[in-house]
Amino acid sequence: MSNLDILFQAPVLSVQLLLDGILIGAIFALAAYGMALVWGVMNIVNIVQGEFVILGGYVAYYTIHWGGHPVLGVPAAAIVLYGVGWLVYRVVIWRVVDKDLFISILATYGIAILMQQLMNEVFGADIRTAESGLGTWVLFGGDVTIAEIKVASAVATAFVALLLVWFLKNSRHGQAIRATSQNARAARIVGIDTDKVYANTYALNAAICGAAGALVSMTWVIHPFIGIPYTIRSFMIVVVAGVGNIGGVIVAALGLGAVEQFAGFILGVEFQLAFVFGLLVVILLWRNLRLRSERRVLR
Amino acid sequence: MKMLNYAALLAVALAAPFVFPTYQAQLAFLLVMVLFSMTWDMQGGQMGYNSFGNIVFFGLGMYVCIVVQVGLVHDVAEYTAPGGSKIFRFTEAQFLEGLVLGMIAAGIAAVALAATLGAAILGLRGHYFAIGTLGLGIASGEIASGIDIIGAGSGMTPPLFPDSLGARERFFYFVFLALTVIAFLTFKWLYSGRFGLAINAIRDDEDKAEAMGLRTTRYKTVSWCVSALFLGMMGGGVGILIGFVDPRNTAFAAGTFGVWMVLMAILGGKGTLWGPVIGAVVFHLFREFFWTYLFGWQRVALGLLIVVIVVFFPTGIVGWMKKRWPERFGHRVESAAAE
Repeated sequence: MSNLDILFQAPVLSVQLLLDGILIGAIFALAAYGMALVWGVMNIVNIVQGEFVILGGYVAYYTIHWGGHPVLGVPAAAIVLYGVGWLVYRVVIWRVVDKDLFISILATYGIAILMQQLMNEVFGADIRTAESGLGTWVLFGGDVTIAEIKVASAVATAFVALLLVWFLKNSRHGQAIRATSQNARAARIVGIDTDKVYANTYALNAAICGAAGALVSMTWVIHPFIGIPYTIRSFMIVVVAGVGNIGGVIVAALGLGAVEQFAGFILGVEFQLAFVFGLLVVILLWRNLRLRSERRVLR
Repeated sequence: MKMLNYAALLAVALAAPFVFPTYQAQLAFLLVMVLFSMTWDMQGGQMGYNSFGNIVFFGLGMYVCIVVQVGLVHDVAEYTAPGGSKIFRFTEAQFLEGLVLGMIAAGIAAVALAATLGAAILGLRGHYFAIGTLGLGIASGEIASGIDIIGAGSGMTPPLFPDSLGARERFFYFVFLALTVIAFLTFKWLYSGRFGLAINAIRDDEDKAEAMGLRTTRYKTVSWCVSALFLGMMGGGVGILIGFVDPRNTAFAAGTFGVWMVLMAILGGKGTLWGPVIGAVVFHLFREFFWTYLFGWQRVALGLLIVVIVVFFPTGIVGWMKKRWPERFGHRVESAAAE
């Protein structure tokens, strides 16, 4: 617990951790929002989420590697991943949309394993990071440093989130998605092609993950096998916030980012992932326990 | 007639390592797979609780067994210390005593864990249970790789198998065979009685089962404990058979063993007695094939296999046979048509 003492002796460190955590949380918020969208509209818990993020990271990495401007990385990843998501829906997901919940979890888990290994074969097992070409801000006389890219990603996240909200509220497609999520059968009766809506939703989710992944690749590192933590984080955020609550998703994501930074600092980096997964279990149990007192369960 | 079939099957199992001496390791692992899918099916198939976290008991058993085995003779911290030049020897008697006590301790530890976690974790349902247990499985691997006394991320090497006991694979084949047969008979006995009906009722409608006065939490916890017992004991043996325990890739291998057990049970037909056994055998053959001829692409093949099985054969082999020949399963044909 000596790290805890350090934190008390140098309070400025916690400012660093808090800022880092919130900026990181902004990126989690994107992937989590995608998951909430698919979960809400299609009733599928999409385990491939993390792999979409990583794939988006690779797209951004190569865009920049081949001379593209870093700003191009985000839309490039989103566009490519939109295609990938659409393909995944057309090949597999449409078959499991109306099946048992567990079937869709297992099917998407299978796709996740498949994609991990494919990325490993195609891109190699090296740890990669995309160069954003941005500098670092120094605050409090050198005690706190903030990478500009993290601020840029937080801004980009906010922009994408606003775009999404506008899209779902005002555009024809967005309205069709919302109608389908409220009542798929009624939507079909009034002439909405729900299959198309599902395809669009799923592809849109993949695109959001891709954008998040592009930011991840510029902020940290990407590697074919580190997708699962992003899936788990997204799931955790959605469980805390509730499906269909975008404000909640953002707050929960920022909170998770900050908590994770503090836990990583206090417990040591080797326990940071253990903390994330442990926290998931604790949150689920806590939410369930609260419902149990009213004789209800988490559904 | 039925007894005869069982006797014949047992005879085949007993003779197998002598008939195929080059495949002893694969045969031993086949039994591990059978036990995996049977223990998973007790929750996933019979009780309707799809767990991705049963691997926790397996990994725990693995570590407990080795720690007991080493701890009886040497100092554990010294044993796992990196770069130690000291050589640790185990005599045959020490090894066997350690193995027996270790496997018992592994079983007890796993049951204790299942009982402690059970009431809370099994309160979750559906998606939440599946992903909660997935988190549990991965978290335990991460935690184990942060604990220094059991070797942290670099893992642990179990005691060397003494040569005087013959081939390691054959020895463990028979240990695992005994464990698997006991497990199978236990499950058969449990499913044929009140317990089986109770957990099936929980699968079909938990709220109603509770309203009928079933103590659902108790049944769920007991069922998890039974699975944990066998998984823990098996884990103890597997650690020594493999000869090296890595926290993320052998002990708490949520991404391989943890998924395979689900897949095998579904492939064979979940919620049936024989389904998991058949599924495990078929899967193991497929897997050995993939690992031998498609090396490097095996995970791609595995992912594809998961998708194909889950999407196209959700009822599994036994489920398909039941539909095809209902009368052989004791269903009258007209009642099957009415369903």
